[in-house]
Amino acid sequence: MTKINEWLASNTFHHSQYWDLLKLVEEKEKQNLTISLCIPTLNEETTIGKEVIIFISELMKRYPLLDEIAVIDSGSTDKTLDVASTFGADVYLSADILPEYGEKKGKGENLWKAIYQLKGDIIVYVDADIKNIHPRFVYGLVAPLIYRPEIKYVKAFYDRPLAFSQGVRPSGGGRVTEILTRPMFSLFFPELTAIIQPLSGEYAVRREVLERIPFPIGYGVETSHLIDVYHQWGMDAFGQTDLDQRVHRNQATRSLGKMSFGIMQTFLNRCESLGVINEMPDLGKVLYQFQAHDKTYEPIEHAIVEEERPPMMEIAEYREKFHPND
Amino acid sequence: MKKLSNGLPTMEEILQQLPDMQNGLEEMREVVLANLVMLGEIPSPTFQEADRVQFLVNRFSECGLASISTDEAGNGLAVHPGTKGDRNILLVAHTDTVFPRTVDHSMSVEKECVTGPGVADNSLGVAVLASLPTILEHLNINLSSNLILMGATRSLGRGNLSGLRFFLSNSEMPVHCGVCVEGMELGRLSFNSIGMIRGEIQCEVPENYDWTGIAASGAISVINETINQICAIPLPKKPYSTIILGSVEGGNSFNTIATEARLRFEARSDSVEIVAQIDELLNDIVAEMKYRSKAKVTLETLALRQPGGIGFRHPLVRNVRNIMQALDIQPHVSPSLSELSAFIDHKIPAVTIGITHGERHNQEDESIQIEPIYKGLAQLIGSLMAIDGGYCDKD
Repeated sequence: MTKINEWLASNTFHHSQYWDLLKLVEEKEKQNLTISLCIPTLNEETTIGKEVIIFISELMKRYPLLDEIAVIDSGSTDKTLDVASTFGADVYLSADILPEYGEKKGKGENLWKAIYQLKGDIIVYVDADIKNIHPRFVYGLVAPLIYRPEIKYVKAFYDRPLAFSQGVRPSGGGRVTEILTRPMFSLFFPELTAIIQPLSGEYAVRREVLERIPFPIGYGVETSHLIDVYHQWGMDAFGQTDLDQRVHRNQATRSLGKMSFGIMQTFLNRCESLGVINEMPDLGKVLYQFQAHDKTYEPIEHAIVEEERPPMMEIAEYREKFHPND
Repeated sequence: MKKLSNGLPTMEEILQQLPDMQNGLEEMREVVLANLVMLGEIPSPTFQEADRVQFLVNRFSECGLASISTDEAGNGLAVHPGTKGDRNILLVAHTDTVFPRTVDHSMSVEKECVTGPGVADNSLGVAVLASLPTILEHLNINLSSNLILMGATRSLGRGNLSGLRFFLSNSEMPVHCGVCVEGMELGRLSFNSIGMIRGEIQCEVPENYDWTGIAASGAISVINETINQICAIPLPKKPYSTIILGSVEGGNSFNTIATEARLRFEARSDSVEIVAQIDELLNDIVAEMKYRSKAKVTLETLALRQPGGIGFRHPLVRNVRNIMQALDIQPHVSPSLSELSAFIDHKIPAVTIGITHGERHNQEDESIQIEPIYKGLAQLIGSLMAIDGGYCDKD
């Protein structure tokens, strides 16, 4: 626990530490860094307009922290793309990026393709379904990367876990985090339990890390990132920032079951490839859920296969674009 | 551009540049909408405006304005210094809304509109204040007069404009002219106020009540009888007079006699004498109901407005109308009971204008249109320039 406590003390931040955006932008410019924001979307017309407006106004026009704001879409059928482009975001269809590598459905696919499409030295990912969006969702994650060169991957969390004026209280993530991810990390990678919300969809990462890790295209992308970054760079590469509250849609328990199934696939595959678990049997690819009709029970089958994209550095087109001299 | 000897554009030049100004304002869309969303998502019921005001003064601070402060009434203030600074124009927007903190204040931004509680009344007005320094800089407009930007507190309901009244009574900066900004409705032009009395009649039936009296069927019956008597008050059509019954509350269930009930109302008239007569009659009705019911019946006066203001032909009104005409805005002249009344009480010429079109006023899904905002802003800036140039002073 000592190491976890030390890491929590040195690598856990609160967004209010970074209120001075002028200073942050100066430091960014001094380091000649470029920063890209990626918002992965699929039918987010009710919240995307607000996100784009706030980030463009506050973090491009008022304080030029971001060099580009891009929406990478999985094929929305609503007005997501129209609204986002109207308010000034660069809009891309995931299928149009590296088309020769095909199209896979899943948020991880958009995140992976963003590495090729966007130009930033740092890419910050922010989900599109945040109702209480605020500039802190970006600057709170980017600032530790700007001020602390040794940190490579900053994750968001949405609570105040370290001190609380009215006494101690449990702190952490949502249901899947507390019931699945945290117990699994506690069993196999205890240090990673220090990441308070391992499944949060908001994080900022240096390109040098993003281009060297594989991307599951589905539910397991965040879990695999943590294990892979931990394995290659250790705990000191991580930071995490308290962004206070995040208001978003709540998912039904059944949907969380599918999410958990995908995360477990990724987690167990990682454990095997890293030698943490030996001789794994072939894993099932179907999640069974049940629904009742009077006195009969009908099984519902969900085929969930966590495919992975390789590290971007293995893609020739990427190396040509970003590392032409290597 | 042709200038007067004082270096300011002529009224004709102001009118001519309005269409171009409107186009330039489109580039400010994200700035205005971001301020609108961030301000609008901070709950700000009357008497609890501190968080919204704090955001506003932070914005003033980021824009490098002078004399940034919150006063004893909680108003958020800053001065955009004029090149000469020999006169002061007060631009005010009320920061309070009718929505309690418990309401979800999330805003939704679509391609053509923004929706959310209080977005029009008056988050947009406050967002205009927050954005104006950036807009003036973008348009390269330098006013000669000091522009006092004020997010006013305690305007609505029981607040009774006390934030603005406090400032006007205590400010050491004499105010030459006032402009009140409301989110909607574009084309609104208010320059005078009608007389008004706003109050609440409350009935409480004591626990030891003798249940053979008029209030035997509860406080609601007493309020009902009070309403009957108010509706029987004869009101003239000229001068225009009316009594609005705004809300009735009372009781808790189907089968329990209500021990408390209240009626909120507003009586309005163009005549100060008729407002006084209505006030007297209401006091009589309440006294009679108290006597007849043996219950506790009280009348609390929450706000009073005196009729007054400037006339249709006042140069301020005339030039604002000309500005609206130059921008193809159809003016809707109507008396005001809001911030304008405080200016009238202090004999300061002032107008109230709206910024855009909206709908579902004061409902949780209140909505405003984005496109007309540029026109509304051009109208506001044109008006400020006209006031600044001295074209709105009475001869």
